[in-house]
Amino acid sequence: MTKRFGERVALRDVSFSVAEGELLAVSGPNGAGKTTLLSILAGILRPDAGELSRPPGEIGWVPQQPAVYSKLTVRENLKLFARLEKVADPDAVVARMLEQTGLTDRADDELGTLSGGNRQRVNIAVGLLADPPVLLLDEPSSSLDPRQRERLWEFVDALAREHRTSVIFTTHNVAEAERWADRVLVLADGEVLFTGAPQALHGDADASGVDFETAFVAFLRAQGH
Amino acid sequence: MRWLLVKDLQILRRSKLLVGLLVVYPIAIALLIGVALSRGPDKPKVAFLNQVPIGQTTTNIGGRDVDFAAYADQFFDAIDPLRVKTRAEAVEAVESGDALAGLIIPADTVERLNGGLGQAEVEVLYNGDALKQSFVESTIEAELARANATLSRTIGEVAVEDLRILTEGGQITTPLGRQSLLGLERSRDLLDETLARLPADAPEREGLEQVLRFAEQALIGLEFATPALRAVSEPIQVRATVLSGSRTPLDAFAVALAVAVSLLFIAVLLASGVLALEREEQAFGRLVRGLVSRSALLAEKVVLAAACSGLAALAMLCGIGAFTGVDWSRFPLWLVALAAAALGCSALGVAVGALAREVRAASLLGLLIALPLAFLALVPSGAVAGGVYDAISVLNAIFPFKPTLRALDAAVNDADPGVFAPAAHLLGLTVAYGILARVALRRF
Repeated sequence: MTKRFGERVALRDVSFSVAEGELLAVSGPNGAGKTTLLSILAGILRPDAGELSRPPGEIGWVPQQPAVYSKLTVRENLKLFARLEKVADPDAVVARMLEQTGLTDRADDELGTLSGGNRQRVNIAVGLLADPPVLLLDEPSSSLDPRQRERLWEFVDALAREHRTSVIFTTHNVAEAERWADRVLVLADGEVLFTGAPQALHGDADASGVDFETAFVAFLRAQGH
Repeated sequence: MRWLLVKDLQILRRSKLLVGLLVVYPIAIALLIGVALSRGPDKPKVAFLNQVPIGQTTTNIGGRDVDFAAYADQFFDAIDPLRVKTRAEAVEAVESGDALAGLIIPADTVERLNGGLGQAEVEVLYNGDALKQSFVESTIEAELARANATLSRTIGEVAVEDLRILTEGGQITTPLGRQSLLGLERSRDLLDETLARLPADAPEREGLEQVLRFAEQALIGLEFATPALRAVSEPIQVRATVLSGSRTPLDAFAVALAVAVSLLFIAVLLASGVLALEREEQAFGRLVRGLVSRSALLAEKVVLAAACSGLAALAMLCGIGAFTGVDWSRFPLWLVALAAAALGCSALGVAVGALAREVRAASLLGLLIALPLAFLALVPSGAVAGGVYDAISVLNAIFPFKPTLRALDAAVNDADPGVFAPAAHLLGLTVAYGILARVALRRF
């Protein structure tokens, strides 16, 4: 895929694949094109060149900022999007999602009264309503405290392992990428610099024996970024 | 689209201040306008001193009794009289502000009118404040002019009647009582008969012939006197012809104007706000990535704002109608006008919201556009230069306020050119602004 904004090339010949049940972390410095990539995968932006193997309707999307209505309750938000997604039984799906995300006791609270972490849980729940085979998460843990982050990743990991959902997530937190992702895709200036297992990055960076973050930074430097 | 409507209504329901404004505002405005239109303007308070002795207010003009007290009654219909006993009291009332003006009828007023001693003179006092003075001055001068005109007409009618009696003969009232007048025509006839019987050389003949010639000349001269007298009492008559423009009385037009302004503001602000809210809540991307098309989203916002603003305007109209004399049989036309106007104004609102992209910016932009539009639509053609008026006309055509006003004026007051032409104009603007909003959503 290629995407331009005027003269600036945001993505240049980016190609990759994700297997069923795989967790793929997309990482890179600011302005690398991570959100642009996810926006194209989600169907919000159209690429100037290239194609996707799945339509946006089969891809769940969880944007970085909670894209839900603060004046509606948790239940009302989920019900709205469940109906828009045309799920067969919106009430049952909403009940399941409340259970899965641990929000049953906050179901009738207005979203504006929830903490940032709980709003993000609702945000993720909306992305999962249609039970998509692919789920995109844009910086999902950025507004969460450590305990909430742990719970989030356990949840996402279970999605991939148990439900065979392919998960693509962007993150600045390379430790999270190393810990949870099956593969890492490193973007910089719109180009793919690396695709592979997190451990392989150490070798590419000639940075064995150091932590992943140090290896990551060394790798970027070696590539001239 | 149905679920988006439900969602927006749920959000509106929880925005208590906004809903309160939408419900309370039209009711409050309807009450204010209804009360204002159902009561006339306050009469100016005028200190009034009548020095004409009691029982001497009536005069007889040519056998017709004229009671000047009747003129005072007519005058009191236009003012709120503050009766005083002396000139000093009248002066004090005006100086202290208890009265806007003072009117003093001197004791010799009727006497001067009776005896032909020249014009009767009344005294008017003002307090010198230009604004207040001009208001009460206009009222007093108008009433005095009316009294003068009525009196002139009465005097003229009496004079015309006297001329008729002078010409044809009959009973006439004089200070000595009722007299029988021969009349010039009968005099001429008698003289003719008498001269016919006299010998040709009778010495009385020459004198009688002179009198006969006088009577004939007087009759000819007096033929022109009657229309001349009538013209003096009302020298200039007015024949008014309305070639074009609104014939709606001002208070009835005010009803249409108030409803139009309210509808415009509610529709534009609501439509722009609910659309911009989608972006502020970050939900826009989630909606249009496959759940809802951009066009469907716009249509939903237009329908929502049109329904809310249309209902609010209808509530206003019904509220005002409870106080004033609107024609309720035209209710179906009200619905047509309100529906078209609500759609047109809401479409403008979504265009504003799509361009502004933030709720606060959308509200501000909506106000900045709506306020001047409302003013420009009221500028009459003669008030500005021709080129400026042409520019204003173009603006009025491309924004929905003027056609809204025309549609409502036609629906409520049966004004030309009827409801359907401005309604069609509004539907065209709905489509145009919808397209503009759709294009603006590309960068939303």
